[in-house]
Amino acid sequence: MDRPFGLLAELTYRCPLACAYCSNPLELARYDDELPTADWQRVFTEAAEMGVLQCHLSGGEPLLRRDLVDLVRAAADLGMYTNLVTSAIGLSRPRAEALKAAGLDHVQISVQADEPATSDRIAGIPSFERKLKAAAVVKDLGWPLTVNVVLHRQNIDRIAEIVDLVEELEADRVELANTQYYGWAWRNRAALLPSREQLARAEDVVRDARARLAGRMEIVHVLPDYYSDYPKPCMGGWAARQIVVTPNGDALPCLAAHTLPLPAPSVRTESLEAIWDGSPLFTAFRGTGWMRDPCRTCDRREIDFGGCRCQAFQLTGDAARTDPVCHLSPDHGLVTEAVERANAAARPRDELLIPRPHRG
Amino acid sequence: MPSDAGPTPPAQLTALPDTARPRLGPHLRKRFDRARGKHVLLGPESVIVLNGTAADVVALCDGSRTVADIVAELRTRYAYPVEDEVRGFLARMAARRHVTVEEAS
Repeated sequence: MDRPFGLLAELTYRCPLACAYCSNPLELARYDDELPTADWQRVFTEAAEMGVLQCHLSGGEPLLRRDLVDLVRAAADLGMYTNLVTSAIGLSRPRAEALKAAGLDHVQISVQADEPATSDRIAGIPSFERKLKAAAVVKDLGWPLTVNVVLHRQNIDRIAEIVDLVEELEADRVELANTQYYGWAWRNRAALLPSREQLARAEDVVRDARARLAGRMEIVHVLPDYYSDYPKPCMGGWAARQIVVTPNGDALPCLAAHTLPLPAPSVRTESLEAIWDGSPLFTAFRGTGWMRDPCRTCDRREIDFGGCRCQAFQLTGDAARTDPVCHLSPDHGLVTEAVERANAAARPRDELLIPRPHRG
Repeated sequence: MPSDAGPTPPAQLTALPDTARPRLGPHLRKRFDRARGKHVLLGPESVIVLNGTAADVVALCDGSRTVADIVAELRTRYAYPVEDEVRGFLARMAARRHVTVEEAS
């Protein structure tokens, strides 16, 4: 069996921001009983022993964990490449210096828009200027910086200005990632899904930017799977490359897998290795044996692995069906209907978003 | 993971000139992974498992050796012709900015 390469440690779902496309679960209160420091350190040790090479410290806002420096040190001492996925709220210079000394390898900062008004509206609090300051600290301390921008109907028309901002921040990488519809984004899908025309314009901008910034900044552009013919190879295959641990200690093959009707194993009661090898949530969709047609006989079954199990469940109520994004799926109409609604001439671009609640 | 970045479209592959001096990117770390019994290269959002000659090539990307030096060195270590493999690997590494290249001098 393959060993996971990456651990996504969702340290807390508390967050100062309230982005309406947050991938965190809707039932945030279920995760209030957070794993204590020693449990996380044990999880990191188990992860490293089973071959995990990268530890992504995420959330919510991981900086809200007072033990973050200790957690980074634990992961770094185990030889894992450590990545902080942050809003940057709370990344003061002293905190950043402590994280650097603890061995943090890389920082990824989220940016909501290219200017304060839209950014602060999406984030729900004044945060734009603080993000820029924190990004400068990251560069100043010699870290590689990735800026992550979630694109959607309400900011994608500003993609050129967003790229300019990221260039000014001297980021090494930028992820221009269209929203994927899980968690709060699923709830806000109609207000977030861009039109075909918006996407085409964004692609032109990205093509030009790639040519202009070649060798200086890596641009990763994630298109919305709703507009593609084939589904994304979600997670590189179910329970094949990544393992997620939620703030309360649930272990998942994917950060959206809490939505599936299978019990989540807990790192509080089982070792990570036992979970990876034998937990029904992890074994249910591993490999290709679970597939039905059209996936079962499809040439692409080892390329996209049937797409996303969580999206299949969300749209059809059956996690073992082909991801409806695939044009070969008998349920593909569920996706094309949403796409057609997003392209209706009368559809506004500034519909009300339901923010995820701040939790601090 | 859903929020993870999707695949980057392949950058255009251009072979590095013989006189280029590749250096491992500043943000990459090579280490031995006991679980897999292989060398790996770790960087922001990337894990590269180094198969075959790749680990040797990476070890020689020190900014002082030229591509020609690296090819010559590895020819002496392997019983089969490694040249295409080495050049192809270096081109892919350069396209992904995993090695930086000092211009010929």
